[in-house]
Amino acid sequence: MSKDDNSTGFDCRQAFADELAALARDDARIVAVCNDSVGSSNLVAFRKAFPDRLVNVGIAEQNMVGVAAGLANGGFRPFVCAASPFLTGRALEQIKADIVYSDFPVVLCGMSPGMAYGELGPTHHSIEDLAWTRAIGDLAVIVPADPDETRAAMRWAVAAERPCFMRIGRTKVPAVSPAGQGFELGRSVLLRAGADITLVAIGTMVARALDAAERLAERGISARVINAASVKPLDEALLLAAARETRGIVTIEEAVVHGGLGSAVAELVSQHHPTPMRIMGVDGFAPTGSAAYLFEHFGLTASNIAQRAADLLRTH
Amino acid sequence: MHMHMQLTPDEAARAAAPLAADATAIAQWRRRREEIAGAAGAHRVELLRAASTHIRRQVLATINAAGLGHVGGDLSVTDILVTLFDALLNIDPARPSWAQRDRFILSKGHCAAALYSVLAASGFFAAERLAHFAAPLSPLNGHPNRRKIPGVETNTGPLGHGLPVGVGCATAAQIGGQPWRTYVVLGDGELQEGSNWEAAMYAAQRGLGGLTAIVDRNRLQQGATTADTNELEPLADKWRAFGWETHEVDGHSHAELLAVLAALPGERPRAVIANTVKGKGVSFMENGVEWHHKVPSTAQLAAAMKELAT
Repeated sequence: MSKDDNSTGFDCRQAFADELAALARDDARIVAVCNDSVGSSNLVAFRKAFPDRLVNVGIAEQNMVGVAAGLANGGFRPFVCAASPFLTGRALEQIKADIVYSDFPVVLCGMSPGMAYGELGPTHHSIEDLAWTRAIGDLAVIVPADPDETRAAMRWAVAAERPCFMRIGRTKVPAVSPAGQGFELGRSVLLRAGADITLVAIGTMVARALDAAERLAERGISARVINAASVKPLDEALLLAAARETRGIVTIEEAVVHGGLGSAVAELVSQHHPTPMRIMGVDGFAPTGSAAYLFEHFGLTASNIAQRAADLLRTH
Repeated sequence: MHMHMQLTPDEAARAAAPLAADATAIAQWRRRREEIAGAAGAHRVELLRAASTHIRRQVLATINAAGLGHVGGDLSVTDILVTLFDALLNIDPARPSWAQRDRFILSKGHCAAALYSVLAASGFFAAERLAHFAAPLSPLNGHPNRRKIPGVETNTGPLGHGLPVGVGCATAAQIGGQPWRTYVVLGDGELQEGSNWEAAMYAAQRGLGGLTAIVDRNRLQQGATTADTNELEPLADKWRAFGWETHEVDGHSHAELLAVLAALPGERPRAVIANTVKGKGVSFMENGVEWHHKVPSTAQLAAAMKELAT
C-alpha cells in the first residue's frame, strides 16, 4: 500500500480503547472523562466493563476538564477523552489553570486531531492544538504515530503521574514503530539513517516522511527520518545531531505551521546549531474536504515532502 | 506604599522559604475547635465572632503590608471561612494531604488574603508568613497555589473554575465510596461565568449530596453592582431550577451558616446563598465598590483596627 493512502491502516482510537481498558483492569484509579463522546472516543466497551468509572459530563468541556482535576485530587487518574478541537479550544484555560498549573496527573486525550474531521470544516479541525498546548507550563505534548506508540504513550502517562496532552488519531495510519520501541518523554525515534537531510515528522506524517525518504533515495539523496512524538519536550540531542550531521531539516505536521513541531525544532536549532529548515503543515484555516484531500491540498504528501527536501538541498 | 520593595536580603530569603505546618497554631486551633464545638449556642457564636474579628484584622494588616489585595471581598467572605474552618471541616492541618479530608475550594481566589489568614489561624503555616503575601518568590501568591500552600486543594484565580473542580472532588468521593464532603465558596459576580452552570447541571445529574456551594452574595463586582452589570436574580430560583437544594442565609450570622452547613448531606447538591456585605466590619469600606481592591493607607488601617478592636 502507498503510505499516502489513509483509507487503510489503523485507526489509533481502537488501540486507545483497548489500552485504556487494559490499564483500567490493572489500576482501579483509572477513570475516563468525556463530553458526550462515548462513541467518537470509542468508549463503549470501557463503559460496559467499568460503568462507574466513565464520567460523561455531557456537552460541557470546561466542566469536563475541571471535573478531571477534581477526580485527580480525589485520588483517581483520569483520561479525558474528547474531540481535540473542543478539548483544547473550549477548555484551554481549564487545561492551563486546573490541570497544568495545579499539577494534577491528568491525561488529556485529543481525539480525532488535525484534519481528521476534514469535511466538517475548520470548526472541527484541530490544527491549533499543538501551538496552544505547547505554550502551557510543563505540559507534556505527545503525538503518537501509530497504534503501538499510542499504547506505549498511554502506559508511560499513567506511570509518569503528570499532566499530559496526547493526540489520538482517527485518520488511518500504517504501523511505523519498530517492535519494542515503547515511549519515553523527551525521546525521539530515529526511524531511518541518512546523511544529507533530515525529515522530522509526527503522527500521520511519519509514514509519509518514510515514503519521502524512499523517493529521495531513488534520486540519490540520503534522508534521515525522525519520529518526534514527544513534541514537548523535544529530544534535543537527537535533533541537534541531525542539525550538525545533515544539511537541513524539514518538519512535517498535521497542524498549523505557527507554534507546533516546526516552531519547536526551529527554536532549538536556531539557538544552538542554525541550519536551513522548511516547515511543512497548514497555513490558515483549511477548506472543506476529506483528510486525504486536505493533505494533498497542503502538499503534505510523500512526493511533495521529497520535493521540498530536494529543493532545500539544492538552494543551500 | 509597597513595602516588599524594601525587603532586606534576609527578609527576602524568609519570604521565599517554603511554608510548613505550625504546631503551636495547630494546637491552638484544635483547642478553639473543641471549645466552639462544646459551647452552648450563644457562646458558640461569640467565639466564632471573635475568631472572625481576628481574621479581619489579619486581612487588613496583610493587605496593608503587601500593598495589594482584594479587601472588600476578603471581609465579606470572612465569616463563611471561619465557620467552615473553626466549626465544620473535617481536616487535619498537620496532614494536609490526608486522603479522607473534606475538600475546601475558594473559587473566588482573589480573596486569597482571607483564605491565607484562615489557613494560618488553623496552623497550616505560621501566621508570621502572612507578612510575605505577594512578596517576590513568596509561596503566598496573589492567588492560591496548591503546590506551595498546604490546605489549598486546587489553584484558583480565573473565575468559574472552583465549582467544576469541586464537582470532580465530590464525584471522586461518590465513585470511591469515600466519606469526604466538598465545599466550594464562590463569589456572586463569578456566577456570570458559564462554567459554573455547566458544573451545577452535572452535580444535580449525579446527585452529589456531598457537595455544597456557598455563594458570597455581596452584590458588588469589580466596578459596579451585580444588578447594574449582569443581574443574577432570581438567584435562588436559578439554583433550584438546576436541581440543587437551595438555602438563603445571612452570611455574617455564624449561627445561620452553621445551621445550614452542618446539616447532613441529602440526595442533592446543596447551594447556600450567603447574603453578605462587601467590606463587612469596617464602616468606611462597607458596600463601597471602590474597596474591591483598594489598599488601606496606614491611617485607614488604624481606623479600621479601632473598629475591629478585640
